[in-house]
Amino acid sequence: MAVAQPTKPVETVETVAIRFVGDSGDGMQITGSQFTTSSALGGNDLATLPDFPAEIRAPAGTLYGVSGFQINFSSTDIYTPGDTLQALVAMNPAALKINLGDLETGGILIVNSDAFVPSNLKLAGYAENPLEDGSLHQYRLFTIPMTTLTREAVAKLELKTKDADRCKNMFALGLVSWLYDRPVEPTLEWFQEKWGKTDPKVAEANTLAFKAGYFFGETAEAFPAQYRVEKAKLAPGVYRKVRGNEATALGMIAAAARAGKPLFYGSYPITPASDILHELSRHKNFDVKTFQAEDEIAAMCAAIGAAYGGAFAATGTSGPGMALKTEAIGLAVMLELPMVIVNVQRGGPSTGLPTKTEQADLLQAVWGRNGECPVAVIAAQSPPDCFMAAYEAFQIAVKYMTPVILLTDGYLGNGAEPWRIPNVEDLPPIEVRHATDPATFQPYLRDEKLARPWAIPGTPGLAHRIGGLEKKDVTGEVCYDPANHQLMCELRARKVAGIVESLPEQTVMGPDSGELLVVSWGGTYGAVRTAVERAQRRGLSVAHAHLRYLNPFPRNLGTLLRSYKKILVPELNLGQLKMVLRAHYLVDAHGYGKIQGRPFTVAEVFAAIEKMIAESRL
Amino acid sequence: MATTVENMAAREWKPADYASDQDVRWCPGCGDYAILAQAKKALAAAGVEPDRITWVSGIGCSSRFPYYVSTYGIHGIHGRAPAIATGLKIARPDITVWVATGDGDGLSIGGNHFMHAMRRNADIKIVLFNNRIYGLTKGQISPTSEKGKRTVSTPYGSVEPPIHPVSAALGCGATFVARTVDMNVKHLGEVLERAARHKGTAFVEIYQNCNIFNDGAFKYASDKAERDEHTLVLEQGKPMLFGVDKKKGIRMTANMQPEIVTLGENGVTVADVVVHDERADNPGIAFMLSQMAYPDFPEPIGVFRAVELPTYESLLEEQIAAVRAKKGPGDLAQLLRGNDTWEVA
Ligand code: SF4
Repeated sequence: MAVAQPTKPVETVETVAIRFVGDSGDGMQITGSQFTTSSALGGNDLATLPDFPAEIRAPAGTLYGVSGFQINFSSTDIYTPGDTLQALVAMNPAALKINLGDLETGGILIVNSDAFVPSNLKLAGYAENPLEDGSLHQYRLFTIPMTTLTREAVAKLELKTKDADRCKNMFALGLVSWLYDRPVEPTLEWFQEKWGKTDPKVAEANTLAFKAGYFFGETAEAFPAQYRVEKAKLAPGVYRKVRGNEATALGMIAAAARAGKPLFYGSYPITPASDILHELSRHKNFDVKTFQAEDEIAAMCAAIGAAYGGAFAATGTSGPGMALKTEAIGLAVMLELPMVIVNVQRGGPSTGLPTKTEQADLLQAVWGRNGECPVAVIAAQSPPDCFMAAYEAFQIAVKYMTPVILLTDGYLGNGAEPWRIPNVEDLPPIEVRHATDPATFQPYLRDEKLARPWAIPGTPGLAHRIGGLEKKDVTGEVCYDPANHQLMCELRARKVAGIVESLPEQTVMGPDSGELLVVSWGGTYGAVRTAVERAQRRGLSVAHAHLRYLNPFPRNLGTLLRSYKKILVPELNLGQLKMVLRAHYLVDAHGYGKIQGRPFTVAEVFAAIEKMIAESRL
Repeated sequence: MATTVENMAAREWKPADYASDQDVRWCPGCGDYAILAQAKKALAAAGVEPDRITWVSGIGCSSRFPYYVSTYGIHGIHGRAPAIATGLKIARPDITVWVATGDGDGLSIGGNHFMHAMRRNADIKIVLFNNRIYGLTKGQISPTSEKGKRTVSTPYGSVEPPIHPVSAALGCGATFVARTVDMNVKHLGEVLERAARHKGTAFVEIYQNCNIFNDGAFKYASDKAERDEHTLVLEQGKPMLFGVDKKKGIRMTANMQPEIVTLGENGVTVADVVVHDERADNPGIAFMLSQMAYPDFPEPIGVFRAVELPTYESLLEEQIAAVRAKKGPGDLAQLLRGNDTWEVA
């Protein structure tokens, strides 16, 4: 594609947040995801926020059927998908209506005017056509008949109208690619990769629509200038973009591969965790066995069977699935077998908000089982961080012979960010020892970390029976002795608490002591960090501690919490970490909860920090 | 006793080699004892060393089984043994996996796993101890209890019809389905040995007497004086004859229903009697047999169905080998890089 020399002026900007919105059938996810790829390859730092309805193809034109994809790309470090939008691309009235509030005054608003017909306006609840009644005057409005222009662009292929119209998202992508001076080759190549072999006509149609959009920007007088976001000054290295679920899958493969063990992943389809199963299923040549189980319980139990057999075993799910796995997680605790259980948290309770993000499963992870049932819990903080979090989860699991729960969430799982690809040799080694000596083997004879031996079937002379009934210390025989039960409960608890010996100390960003410590965990890292940085720039005495290890907590956390006058715990729930910190450390932690199925904006957290500091000065 | 793999493989195995050192804690007189004894014999006969076997179970009297054999074992949670066993078998196709379950464990709380184990055909042997009652929880109805049964949870009689385990297994596409009776130890031993030798999911329903909560539930099928009249011993390629003198048989009516006929009466000869074919492609006749119930019909025991189909794990291994052949063994560094990268200097 011959991209002309810029004939229009190019204005350099630091950061742009743009959102593509349309019907759930309009292909907004794919549009946003492809725009992300070209921005990543263009060298920007970025963060994305896909936001889609639970219905696969909700009725066209409705408010509840609107699907959106937001990407924030920048020439500086960014950690969030952006609070307010600099640009909004709306494919129909319903999409405009729902999303307009997030567009900044003076922001770029690109709409497909062909979709603003009476029936769609009515579905969106517009009495008047907003494109004509002047209500959008505070934005830079570009009304473009995208459907018509797309049809014209692909006319020579003589497609059915329906198929031609399907390409209008690529017209929009082409236009926006021009507007932000994105490289076009990755997208053109992607059309060929995706459809070149299977359906060349579709590849051709999308290419034509994309180019038409690009050239439209270049030539149409409506657009006075192009914007450029320079490459971000990221740490040196080789980068790719990665989504959280993909990174989780890669982290598990890497852990198993580094240990020289096969990976077993049992899972039952559930939003938003299924992509982990999909990703792993593609990599069977890596000694990866995936098993789509008949239900959540079977997925967990199959992981137990595989772990007993000596595999690196894992299962993944989301909240309701976690509830179903609960009893089997208890069994895994009794059997003291290593495995990783991923919970890609979503809006709850019950079925809740399946496609939206939330952090309300922390208490479930730490405590949600019958009996005294300790499990190690760690949480990833960004989409790329899911890689190391999954890797570490396996390290802990095999070192301590324990199930480990890895908490991610819908925002992390579906969101994408640039990832500095680690060198395989730099990944910490994972050592696995299986018991082999019949002379010394006892199923529950513990080492100095209180871990029991991992003896796998087929090992001569080590046949042993384990189960969910309480067992005798050392021998593992069924045992109902009262004192033994207390001992075993304490041993299991001490073992998990002892993981702290392998954990790094908690660090803070900001002063070691002072007025306010903001404590966060999981997927809110980016928003909280950015808000704290903003507060620090304004001269406020604020530090940020982002927790990765939620059970056990790092050994210095208590001292750290007591070094500040106030503690603020923002989280996407009604105060779960706050409660655990209070219970654990007897500190006066204050919560700031949001539970709307959406991540924090930086502004929200910043306001909470300001309020907290103002109150403490009263 | 540092035994090596070599000298173990060379050994002849005896039932005693499969006995664990645990005290067996079933009630005296329970049918489970006979099953344990015959299972040990079958394992010895099949010649798999104890260290290469894992018994998996759920919850219930039957599920204590793993503690009483000298193999590897997992005493799991209620109903989930087939799922644990499937994960183990996928991870370790080289290990022989057996499941001990009961009517409540396998067909009530574990019904879903039962169904999918049957259809997947992983090489797992599932032995279901059917005593038509909940023993360990002290006597409530189970999914195989007869309609009208009075128990602590159904003082006015159960209003539920029972499920036929063999029908359920056949309906889910099991490749090996059999039934036997605890008291008929010879038959029990033979059926378990056949199951042990089957490649794929083998399902065996055992009529098991719970002498505490449901004594005599299968008296018609186990009592020496009665059993010839009330059971039909299935034998491959043989006509379906039963009765003390084998004079009665099963014939199909014109509208394809089973009926009992007597040889020599109304011109009936053995040629009229259905011949058993456990290898029939279509499991229809096997299903019909599974629906025949006392007192209207003799209840068939023996192997209803035994067909060879590729196992789940062998298909999976083949698929992995094919992907490997095409893509090569995984290169981790390459995988982490993915397709689109950029470099920051
Ligand atoms: S309760 Fe019944 S089934 Fe259970 S051990 Fe006793 S006799 Fe056997």
